[in-house]
Amino acid sequence: MSYAVVKGAGYVLVHTPDMVFHNGTTQSTERIVNPQSEYLSKLPTHFRSYEEVVAYPPNQVYIGTIKPEALKSYEMPWYNKKVENAERYGRHGEIMPQDEFLALMKLVDVFDLVKLEKAFTNAVKPKIAKHPLLKEAFAAKLKDGEELAEIEKYVKEQHAEPLYHNEKLVGCIKRAHDIDSNLNAHVIHENLIVKASGALAFMHLIEKNNLDVTSIDYVIECSEEACGDMNQRGGGNFAKAIAEVVGAINATGSDTRGFCAAPTHALIEAAALVKAGVFENVVIVAGGAVAKLGMNGKDHVKKEMPVLEDVLGGFAILISKNDGVSPILRTDLVGRHKVGTGSSPQAVITALVTEPLDKGGLKITDIDKYSVEMQNPDITKPAGAGDVPEANYKMIAALGVKRNELERSDVPHFAEKHGMPGWAPTQGHIPSGVPYIGHAVEAFKKGEIERAMIVGKGSLFLGRMTNQFDGVSIVMEGNNGQTEAKPSGVSEEEVKLMIAEAMKNFASHLLGK
Amino acid sequence: MDLENQKRVKDYTEQYGGENVVVVLGAAEAEAAGLAAETVTNGDPTYAGPLAGVQLGLRVFHAVEPSFKEAVDAEAFDEQIGMMEMVLDVDAIVTEMTNMRNEFTKY
Repeated sequence: MSYAVVKGAGYVLVHTPDMVFHNGTTQSTERIVNPQSEYLSKLPTHFRSYEEVVAYPPNQVYIGTIKPEALKSYEMPWYNKKVENAERYGRHGEIMPQDEFLALMKLVDVFDLVKLEKAFTNAVKPKIAKHPLLKEAFAAKLKDGEELAEIEKYVKEQHAEPLYHNEKLVGCIKRAHDIDSNLNAHVIHENLIVKASGALAFMHLIEKNNLDVTSIDYVIECSEEACGDMNQRGGGNFAKAIAEVVGAINATGSDTRGFCAAPTHALIEAAALVKAGVFENVVIVAGGAVAKLGMNGKDHVKKEMPVLEDVLGGFAILISKNDGVSPILRTDLVGRHKVGTGSSPQAVITALVTEPLDKGGLKITDIDKYSVEMQNPDITKPAGAGDVPEANYKMIAALGVKRNELERSDVPHFAEKHGMPGWAPTQGHIPSGVPYIGHAVEAFKKGEIERAMIVGKGSLFLGRMTNQFDGVSIVMEGNNGQTEAKPSGVSEEEVKLMIAEAMKNFASHLLGK
Repeated sequence: MDLENQKRVKDYTEQYGGENVVVVLGAAEAEAAGLAAETVTNGDPTYAGPLAGVQLGLRVFHAVEPSFKEAVDAEAFDEQIGMMEMVLDVDAIVTEMTNMRNEFTKY
């Protein structure tokens, strides 16, 4: 069978300042341990406006307006730089404002758990009607909304999760069960955010790549939340729930989990399903992580800068059978961190980078672009976590030195040629390998690159089930136009020729020649 | 430093005594290493974890510091840390760690 290809991708960000304050775990922890803290009182003055979030250069890279390499032309820090004439919609997706997203959460809720206030509903309805992918049909489903008193009652008396916009209560999410902690309002809130942001990315994938949504056979959801009830906390399944929202009527699906490595696991699984001929079109999709909003907020506030972790992320990627044009997924060049690999950085990079390269007889420098953990350094550097992609590139280069493929003096420059500056929000699975895939598809088609490696890593120990780290990787390659692999057996033609040859020899033998 | 790790360091110190505990860090940045070192010596500077206001004064080293490197098997060091030694800003880490130890370590 021929290799599977990456057909296209959709990427979305959602600006959610009120959720940073109310739902990010750094803030909710602070409210418990230090409710009168200076940080919490200062935080709202460090929020960016929606316009600032749209014009922020890394965000424009995420939705596909500018290329990752273009970030090099903006001097760091980036938070005080702007992409001129930046727009909400990019080649790969959009940056949605909070009010429309709250409405979208209501629209994807099939259990009537999301309640939005009347005036808020009236104000947001025309915006949904104008949204190019949601339009009138979705807007009509918003109905009229509830009285504020009713929402206050749910919040005060029934443990509903309040929804705020511009620091005002505009709605709530009701608990889905009176006792079950896996269906409480907090969990339903997190899960509906995954569903809504994942669905939005899926819609952009379909629209931006002119795809027929009914042609999708299977969906793999790969975020970091779990949906289920007290009898099966991670029962699932976000994948099918999202497929339903977008109208993928011929699809089913399942959820794959692996912390930040899950998207690359899902990519490999999707490529394998397509290559094996099980399905023709598989979408991998993930929504955003509300808990991670403002994760490094304390450092950002302390350094007198805006709180940059103010967006949720989402993405969707279509893996299809070989079309002779789109980049292929080399399922024979897959790297994996095994149980026995060990946790030292060089063991990890060997398992993820050089082992798959060795299988293909490739050198480290044969990969044009490495997409590693593409976290935006504007966010991580002020928090003392350094420049994550740059650190990864240095590690790959240092391994190259140990393998005598690079000179030690090449280490600092390796990233210039084989890497990219990070641009993805620190949403765990969102920055991990996959943010580059949309840009990569375009770069392959233009012949700018021949090979890329997608690397996903995950901190499994956070779940307290193992001390193991994890990671997987896969090589993407330009399509040479051959849609069918050479048949490995003998063809009918060849058999006929062989028989004819044997008959001829036999005849010659009989004639005594 | 992660709240769970703070709790573990605190528990071990109570169990074995501060004089018997050495903390080895692997942070990738001097600043992050310094914050973790401060946490296990002078207390959690963010006042969020179990070590907030707790001055353990423990001995603390980073895995790329020469004093740690000399104390361990050279082959194991090369296998486990050699590559990162090439990647990290070792001088900045050593300076930060030395400052923290000079100021806060009791042992």
